[in-house]
Amino acid sequence: MFEALTDRLTEVFQRIGRKGRLTEQDVDEALREVRRALLEADVHYRVVKDFIAGVREQAVGEHVLRSLTPAQQVISIVHQELMRVLGSERAPLRWSTQPPTVMLLVGLQGSGKTTQVAKLGYHLRGEGRQPLLVAADTYRPAAVEQLRTLGRQHDLPVHDEGTQVTPVTIVRHAVARAREQRFDPVIVDTAGRLQIDERMMQELEEIKAAVQPTEILLVADAMTGQAAVSVAEEFHRRLQLTGLILTKMDGDARGGAALSIRSVVGVPIKFIGTGERIDALEPFFPDRLATRILGMGDVLSLIEKAQQQISREESERLQEKVLAGTFNLEDFLNQLQQIKRMGPLTQLLELLPGVGQALRQQQVRLSDDEYKHIEAIILSMTPEERRHPEIIDFSRRRRIARGSGTSLAEVNQLLNQFKQMQRMMAELGHMAGMGRRVGGLRGLLGGQPFAGLGSGLDTLMSHEMVPRGLSPRSPAQAAALRPKTKAGKKAKKPKKKRH
Amino acid sequence: MIFSRFFRRQAHPEPKLEAGLRKSRHGIFRQIAALFERNEIDAELYDELEALLIQADLGVETTQVLLDNLRQRVRREGINDPARAREVLRDEMVALLEEAIRHRRVKVYQRGVPFVTLVVGVNGSGKTTTIAKLARYHQDQGRSVLLVAGDTFRAAAIDQLKIWADRLGVPVISHAPGADPGAVIFDGLQAAFHRGVDILLIDTAGRLHTKYNLMEELKKIRRVIQRQVPDAPQEVLLVIDATTGQNGLVQARMFTEAAGVTDLVIAKLDGTAKGGIAFAIARELGTPISYVGTGEQVTDLAEFDPESYVDALFFGDDEEA
Repeated sequence: MFEALTDRLTEVFQRIGRKGRLTEQDVDEALREVRRALLEADVHYRVVKDFIAGVREQAVGEHVLRSLTPAQQVISIVHQELMRVLGSERAPLRWSTQPPTVMLLVGLQGSGKTTQVAKLGYHLRGEGRQPLLVAADTYRPAAVEQLRTLGRQHDLPVHDEGTQVTPVTIVRHAVARAREQRFDPVIVDTAGRLQIDERMMQELEEIKAAVQPTEILLVADAMTGQAAVSVAEEFHRRLQLTGLILTKMDGDARGGAALSIRSVVGVPIKFIGTGERIDALEPFFPDRLATRILGMGDVLSLIEKAQQQISREESERLQEKVLAGTFNLEDFLNQLQQIKRMGPLTQLLELLPGVGQALRQQQVRLSDDEYKHIEAIILSMTPEERRHPEIIDFSRRRRIARGSGTSLAEVNQLLNQFKQMQRMMAELGHMAGMGRRVGGLRGLLGGQPFAGLGSGLDTLMSHEMVPRGLSPRSPAQAAALRPKTKAGKKAKKPKKKRH
Repeated sequence: MIFSRFFRRQAHPEPKLEAGLRKSRHGIFRQIAALFERNEIDAELYDELEALLIQADLGVETTQVLLDNLRQRVRREGINDPARAREVLRDEMVALLEEAIRHRRVKVYQRGVPFVTLVVGVNGSGKTTTIAKLARYHQDQGRSVLLVAGDTFRAAAIDQLKIWADRLGVPVISHAPGADPGAVIFDGLQAAFHRGVDILLIDTAGRLHTKYNLMEELKKIRRVIQRQVPDAPQEVLLVIDATTGQNGLVQARMFTEAAGVTDLVIAKLDGTAKGGIAFAIARELGTPISYVGTGEQVTDLAEFDPESYVDALFFGDDEEA
């Protein structure tokens, strides 16, 4: 039921598009699918209504109706409109001219405030700041202890006064201490509260009045449904929010709540939380969320991750090897280790449009443990064997299996699949060598790019991929290339590569 | 009051609880009431109804199913009084939840034989608080309770459970932070049997259902339990935050697959959220709701009753409201 909107729209237009010329009714039918997709992504009903009206106005224009690729055109308009609502640029944190800058994190129970306080502190220390974390949630059992523990684990100073002192007093003391000991910023954890809890909302107002925070960030769970709007509206009315942190974005929630919140309170989304690790806090890019809300995955994040981890020279070297057909197990191991540095495999695959869903639907499970097995097998080989896998005979296989604590079957499987992969790469290299044209390879990969919204992706492709012949530089990037193919293919390929 | 029905078997009918729910009911009550105060059943009524149900997080499909059923019955039964249509809608909503409840395993509590409850859910859904409330609930029914601090991952999660246990005067089995959850749960089961407690409540670390390794860990936890007690866990509760949107459906599906969820607990129903995702889950997966959390007090837990739930959250009670 969560199939990508692109697929659905393509289907609609295929059904109605045979008539040669589209009518406004056709567009309306398409927009019903958009509406549904947005509602399923938990965008608020009211917001969807306005949004669709806006899109319709543009979509009934001549160029869409006459277009040969109406699905892409409509998607493109929807995407642009999403971007417009989400805000077109990054909104950095604001800093007070008189240090310390106070940042207040507020939100409902369980949205992830305490975790984000620690992550934000860690993030800002990485930028050379001296943050002081403040444990002002005196209500939830062990909330203070939680922040203390996180502080201890990551060597971040935490100001706490137990649970017997009022939050307002604690925060006031913390700011005084920060001034004295030159901490900046002061990041305050507050108790989770319902926006309709009068007493608790008053308490936040008091804290605000006492320490004049520069940033008041609403921490909101990406899985929140329609209630996101009333929550954000009320927090904003009482406190005048300055931004939003969207948490649990490492799950598969579409994050439509973010769109709702943006459009009703207008504050920028400053960060997204992408996991439980201390470094799982990322700056927010509207483009990527727009794509995600539409169910198209987050290819850009993946490509960026890959690029961060794999150096240019390294990738060019590998490129040559792939093209020349000399890619061996040593290179493969190297790649595996680089991918591993990017984070858990499952998380990476989730970023690919359709892949996450396809994997879930087809019950394909990928375990990061399998990584370890493959690694162990290759590490049990001699350098000679890694460079020339063809010399690995039965007795070597047996030795490798024993050495790596795996079975003969697993070793065989790895070797067979590596052979297949080599063959595939050779073919790809061959074709890239012949074609050298984007169109050629795209056609070959069997699908159309998301024409309209591909602006970002296309730019990236043309800059990064085309000059180098479009062959995958790493398994991850091979995967990154794949979104252009149909969903079914996407699902299968990573699986093949896994073993 | 309608609460007397909603909290039929609530041990502590506290006024605070009522206030909590009243807040969450207000807007939509009036809207639904106003909706049916018209002269005829027209397209506009259905449109507005759709809007209201979607805004309560029932989701597009479940809303569509309810509306289709309503339309069908209106046509078939020749209904033209909007007030009557309102009753039909209410019946349909109740029926949807009741259908799921029919699948529910009857809970058999035996004195001295641990009834094992495994509590799972995504991060921040309210597992630990729910466990505290459940402990209190069972205590009030005269059952002895033992807790297991199976969330060894999140900072201070063990402390959080211990604080609750102290307040309730309930023992806890725990290991050090970072320990293997399987090991502490093993110890918990041992202790439960040796001590002959009636109820064993197992807390687990919050995990997103998309994390393969963590979901595998849940399967392992289940195996650890089953190896010791073949018919345990008797109850696997998935705690869902009432504000959860359509993602709740995927959550329920994945947790059911990994941990064999038997019942849902809708937590934090004291806000403005309607917990409408429970309807979608009940319809799609047939998972019954068993408890609802309605406030921050340890007594703010109620057994679930479809009729009262639907009335309390959507229809109010004309005569008494």
